Amino acid sequence: MSNMLEIRWHGRGGQGAKTASLLLAEAAFDTGKYVQGFPEYGPERMGAPITAYNRISDDPITVHSNIYEPDYVVVVDESLLDVVDVAAGAKETGAIIINSEKAPDAFQAQLKGYKGRVYTIDARKISMETLGRYFPNTPMLAAIVKVTGVLDDETFIEAMDKSFNHKFKTKPAVIAPNMEAVKMALKEVKG
Amino acid sequence: MAKKDKLSGNEAVAIAMRQINPGVVAAFPITPSTEVPQYFASFVNDGLVDTEFVPVESEHSAMSASIAASAAGARAMTATSSNGLALMYEMLYIAASSRTPVIMSCVNRTISGPLNIHNDHSDSMGARDAGWIQVYGETNQEAYDNLLIGTRVAEDPSVMLPFMNCYDGFITSHSVENIELMEDDEVKAFVGDYNPQYALLKSPVAYGPFAHHTYHYETKRHQAEGMKNAKAALVKYYAEFEKITGRHYDLFETYKLDDAELAIVVIGSTAGTAKYTVDRLREKGVKAGLLKIRVFRPFPKEEIAKALKDVKAVAVMDKTCSLNDAGAPLFLEVRSALYDLETRPYLVNYIYGLGGRDVKTSDIESVYRDLADIVKAGRADDVYRYLGLAEE
Repeated sequence: MSNMLEIRWHGRGGQGAKTASLLLAEAAFDTGKYVQGFPEYGPERMGAPITAYNRISDDPITVHSNIYEPDYVVVVDESLLDVVDVAAGAKETGAIIINSEKAPDAFQAQLKGYKGRVYTIDARKISMETLGRYFPNTPMLAAIVKVTGVLDDETFIEAMDKSFNHKFKTKPAVIAPNMEAVKMALKEVKG
Repeated sequence: MAKKDKLSGNEAVAIAMRQINPGVVAAFPITPSTEVPQYFASFVNDGLVDTEFVPVESEHSAMSASIAASAAGARAMTATSSNGLALMYEMLYIAASSRTPVIMSCVNRTISGPLNIHNDHSDSMGARDAGWIQVYGETNQEAYDNLLIGTRVAEDPSVMLPFMNCYDGFITSHSVENIELMEDDEVKAFVGDYNPQYALLKSPVAYGPFAHHTYHYETKRHQAEGMKNAKAALVKYYAEFEKITGRHYDLFETYKLDDAELAIVVIGSTAGTAKYTVDRLREKGVKAGLLKIRVFRPFPKEEIAKALKDVKAVAVMDKTCSLNDAGAPLFLEVRSALYDLETRPYLVNYIYGLGGRDVKTSDIESVYRDLADIVKAGRADDVYRYLGLAEE
């Protein structure tokens, strides 16, 4: 299935990588795509490395395994680069997106000869400036959308507005700051 | 009109239960089935159903309460996984022999130990002879559809047996995928009200009396007849369901099997991964095919034998191990079903995916490669094999 996009998320428990993968699935679904969003459940503890996945396609998706050769990899926590081989199997036609204040070329050594594109985004700064707390998943979600182009900015913003209005029905005060984080992140991906 | 949505398997099953609006739901939480009663409890809280929700203190009580509610004349539902199902074990047989059509979703998870929360089929396979209809889903769509159809089958007067809606823990239960939901009124019209011929609140009947050697055996014989009738009932309601939804189901599903020389027989979500692999192999000219078991109880033995008779080599995949040095449940039953054929394919058994070991497309490819080797060599040698073991 050549038009199937496969994305692997690396995060730490509590950072919302699973939620981000589900939000991405929802947003892509809203544009008529076939989607999968699923976490790999391990020992679920705050801070433990976790993996989540997305498949997005124009055709029905039947594969139900984890993703071993992702087109794109999202690293929600920079410190994972010392612990997890995030580039394992990653396709060189794709990209790796890292949450970091550093420039992309600072990661060449840690990515073990990965030859695809590398992007960074300072999700901490965006999150602190908009939400006042550290929730890196929303900026990272915007970053993967920007880099893959799986949705155009406008469609994505609309989809997120809908999602947040539903997700935060009981705490509407956080909707606007989250939307601000999305919009800021779309502009601040460095690659 | 169908409604397109994106849902996890557990969400989809909880929505099916809301649409059915059963009289009683009694459940105790266990991963990965917990979300089913959790979502359903929110429907109760929000007044979306009229159900009496009984938050019991154990799975044994969940099944006991479901049986009692069903005997009283209510439509009763529950959900569980793994050791929760094991704790119900005693009561599973009581549900079946009392002919109470309790509807249970079994979100498949391995039975401990070692302690593990992940998917395999050792829980429901351990209960395969308890007298329950067992149907397995590949996707969230099938988990949803199987529950709706299963309710009709279980309550058919010619059947009156409990129904187990099995789907893979996490892989299906927690993955968000596309799905088509029926409208609430369509479900209501399809499933209808539950009006049993006999019920404690309706007529003077006895449930659970002592049955000496004078009656016990005959009761079992009657259960066997109900299970036999379930096959025809499944086919009947699959046809009715297709008229409403356009979704075609049968006792099992074949995929590119008609002209296949090499075939896999598999249950659950791995069938999807195998279909993907079959497509890749077909592009390379390999005549690969697939038979996906949907209905395991009753076991459609004649139909399976007919579907596999012209295949050269077959790998039967079991996501459970019998530890009997002979073969796992699906293998033994498929092998037995083929015994009366004049010419039989080579048949081998693969144990796979135990305790959530991920099943990759490359694993499935290796099975087809092995099958091609068997055909070439003209012998199967060791028929009891393990796929995806770390030491291999």
